[in-house]
Amino acid sequence: MKIAAIVPAYNEEKAITAVVNDILQIAHEQNLSIGVIVVNDCSKDSTSEIISKLNCVALNLPVNLGIGGAVQTGFKYAFENGFDYAIQIDGDGQHPASEIPKLINAAKENNLDVVIGSRFISKEGFQSSAIRRFGINYFKWLNRFLVGITVNDSTSGLRLINKKTLELVSEYYPDEYPEPEAIILYSLNKLKIGEVSVNMKERQGGVSSISSVSSIYYMFKVTLAIIYTFIRIKFKK
Amino acid sequence: MFRIQAIAIATSILFLLYIVRLIIKGKLREEYSIVWIVCTIVLILFSFWRDGLAVVSELVGVYSPPNLVLIATIFAVFIYLLHLSVVVSKLHSQNKQLAQDIALLKEKLKG
Repeated sequence: MKIAAIVPAYNEEKAITAVVNDILQIAHEQNLSIGVIVVNDCSKDSTSEIISKLNCVALNLPVNLGIGGAVQTGFKYAFENGFDYAIQIDGDGQHPASEIPKLINAAKENNLDVVIGSRFISKEGFQSSAIRRFGINYFKWLNRFLVGITVNDSTSGLRLINKKTLELVSEYYPDEYPEPEAIILYSLNKLKIGEVSVNMKERQGGVSSISSVSSIYYMFKVTLAIIYTFIRIKFKK
Repeated sequence: MFRIQAIAIATSILFLLYIVRLIIKGKLREEYSIVWIVCTIVLILFSFWRDGLAVVSELVGVYSPPNLVLIATIFAVFIYLLHLSVVVSKLHSQNKQLAQDIALLKEKLKG
């Protein structure tokens, strides 16, 4: 069973080495066959040189595509190269590699297509700021309203998808702020989604793809994207 | 012929010539030039046919002909802006696909 760990990285020269090495170490300890794929989203710092020396597949984008486009590049690589699972792990060190086996086990035991690592099930570890939690609750409500599933942490970037889902996301994956929208995409395509409780740390370096100034724009854009995705898929069938 | 008419006709023809020049030099693609050529032709037409505006206004029920000019212009500009947004969106998704393919190909060449 081949597992791809997809790490999108934008200006992550400080954190990326530890992120990649942690994944490789867990893979070694747990005897898992994990290939690390770092997608460098046209970083301005030395991320590109650093990842070329690490034991990983380095995909260097020639222009900055944003998180969605970067992650999709990794999905395409994983799908073309016959990986069975792909796990998205952010390049800033927020997602501890030690949580990877939890996601894999959940997918196998419950026969899930998508497993999301959630911060809010056991309320342990870094819980994010109040305003962000408000946003996350809003998306939880929106998802429940539109597709009737409850995802506690719909903005979580730590998630595992299987081969069937890889095929879908190689075709279409949202560009900007893809996480909440992808959940709608998955559930409307009748994929089985599950959540496991994970601990997250505060980011170890880099800046969030969502600054506080643009959080209103974020909510508005994601809401629109979710509704459009919903209409597009509903009416195609 | 009134002075304003002469000015309008001269300006419109200069504008049309400039568009043609841009197309010949390859700076403007033909499909995006159509809207500009049509607009210029309409301008030239109304420059010659001075009563035309009043006639058309009455036809569509607008009391004051200048209002018709304003409304028609704004509407045309909006439609064209929307068209440009569509073009930009298309370029955006093509650009994304190209960038991803380049990254994947570079990796393949290396290995």
